[in-house]
Amino acid sequence: MSPGRSSAAPRAPLESTRVGTEVRLAVEQVSYAYSANPSQAPLFTLEATSFQARPGEIVAILGPNASGKSTLMQLIAGVLSPLSGRILLNGFVIHSLSPRTRAQRIAMVQQESRLLFPARVWEFVMQGRHAHGRSLRFESHTDMQIVQDALLHVSASHLSDRLMDQISGGEKQRVILARALAQQPLLLLLDEPTLHLDIAAQVGLLDALRRLSARYRYTVIVVTHELNLAAEYADQVLLMQSGRCLRVGPPAAIYQRELLEQVFQIPLRVEMRGHGRPRVTILADS
Amino acid sequence: MRPLTFRKLFFQCLLLAVILFFVVILALKFGAVPVSLYALGRDLLRVLLGQSSQISSDYGLIIQNIRFPRILLAIIVGASLSVAGTSFQALLRNPLADPYVLGVSYGAAVTAVLGLVAEPHLALPPALAALFTPLCAFIGAVATITAVYFLGRRQGQIESNTLLLGGVITGYFLSAIIVFLLSTVNSSNTRGMVFWLMGNLSTSFQKSVYWFLAAGFLVATGVIYASANDLNILLSGEKEAMHLGVDVRRVRFVVYVAASLLTGLAVSVSGAIGYVGLIVPHIIRLIFGSDHRTLLPTSALGGAIAMVIADTLARIVVAPNELPVGAVTAVVGAPLFIYLLRRRLA
Repeated sequence: MSPGRSSAAPRAPLESTRVGTEVRLAVEQVSYAYSANPSQAPLFTLEATSFQARPGEIVAILGPNASGKSTLMQLIAGVLSPLSGRILLNGFVIHSLSPRTRAQRIAMVQQESRLLFPARVWEFVMQGRHAHGRSLRFESHTDMQIVQDALLHVSASHLSDRLMDQISGGEKQRVILARALAQQPLLLLLDEPTLHLDIAAQVGLLDALRRLSARYRYTVIVVTHELNLAAEYADQVLLMQSGRCLRVGPPAAIYQRELLEQVFQIPLRVEMRGHGRPRVTILADS
Repeated sequence: MRPLTFRKLFFQCLLLAVILFFVVILALKFGAVPVSLYALGRDLLRVLLGQSSQISSDYGLIIQNIRFPRILLAIIVGASLSVAGTSFQALLRNPLADPYVLGVSYGAAVTAVLGLVAEPHLALPPALAALFTPLCAFIGAVATITAVYFLGRRQGQIESNTLLLGGVITGYFLSAIIVFLLSTVNSSNTRGMVFWLMGNLSTSFQKSVYWFLAAGFLVATGVIYASANDLNILLSGEKEAMHLGVDVRRVRFVVYVAASLLTGLAVSVSGAIGYVGLIVPHIIRLIFGSDHRTLLPTSALGGAIAMVIADTLARIVVAPNELPVGAVTAVVGAPLFIYLLRRRLA
């Protein structure tokens, strides 16, 4: 995977010289409650959660199913508005931004819905440019360049003219990431990006993410079930359990046997490896 | 990577416009009274030169006063239904959506009939009286699409099959109401049952009605076209569209209202003509792709072409009698609908 030309590189923010000193994303005492009906008790609550993330940082949100990972993600994306607390991106309250402004700053990668009509890969990636142009317009030369570079960054240039439903799951996931890159965001959110990918594709995707976040100072928030991939790639880990954020910190501090066993309800072993990153082994039921 | 350019769009529309022109010429020629192409060309030239008085009177009567207004109506109705169908398909993310299948046409017809019955009793000023029926039809269309939308919603998500079934059943229910209304109210103002249930383009209207229809069509289509890029993105799902910067709620509201207006306008003058809004966008998609910036204008032209052809067939197949044009579109449209349904389920 060769790095792209710098001419049409995704927006390199000014702060890129001051590596990771200032806060880009601030989640301040954010809570949320789901209820099917306002008069009933909430079905699910997210208790007050706080953390901060800096440019170029990768934050992994870990936790069992129904622990509130995806809710937190929707809140950060600005699709849900918090019950209390606030989420700031470079000092602006996210959920009060217009959808357009939000999409210029935040890109979301999730399991994509089925396409209704066949689209080419480049057309799909071009959707990422939507928020940057007027509603009724034709693609500019710059847009085309940005799309090509985004595809190059995820080594999918050769797929450009293929149809979306004729590429493999791993390729599709890379193309979805390319669409997010074409948005030139400050904040890149990924909801289980490695689901349905084989090991090589998972590592490939996360390698690409780490390289891109280092280069363009994206702040990356990723929801995942993969404990070891999170340990390997994340700068910070957020550990969640039934709507509560238990711990925030670097993997080495969070990955403690008792804590993980209690959260994931499975016997496991944690070893610290040479480069200061922990590794988790799930112990078979004995 | 070959993005859409204005030039490409222009030539695609030009091609269809030329086809429409020839179809219109043929539609003028065919009918119960044969007219030669030579006579047509000669008369067209005379009209262009401002010498309409030289046109022989019975030809002039047939062409100018009977066939041409009817073709004009077919063009506007066909284009309106196609644009409405394209919009519903994008909003509901369902390639089988269409004003007729969703029951929206019948909803518009019910209130249009009610409007026709009520109008003589309301003592409206004449300017408003002409707009009263289309307005009623519009309200019926909006009410029906709202009802069907909520019928097709489950746990906040649109469920394709439930939605279609809901639309079809709503259509049956409403068509029964139309039959009931027309059987009980014997107003001289109401057109026949076949008109409302099957659609017909044979009614002629005052000149102002054509202007009103054309203006309504242009405004509603313009409003939808302004959201063409948003509709492209909505095809990937509402959640994704939100993340990509589409103001989903605004687009949905605006396009629903505009598409209902188009349906209401078409139904108020032609009854419930089916399948045009379903078949035309599909054929256009196969030829020109599914980008709404192309799809909307080309569907409008395609719908006009299809409707003029269908109406011409309706006039000549059992001449000197006439078929309701809805029968022609249903005979062609229903099998295609089934084909699309099977292909989608496969």
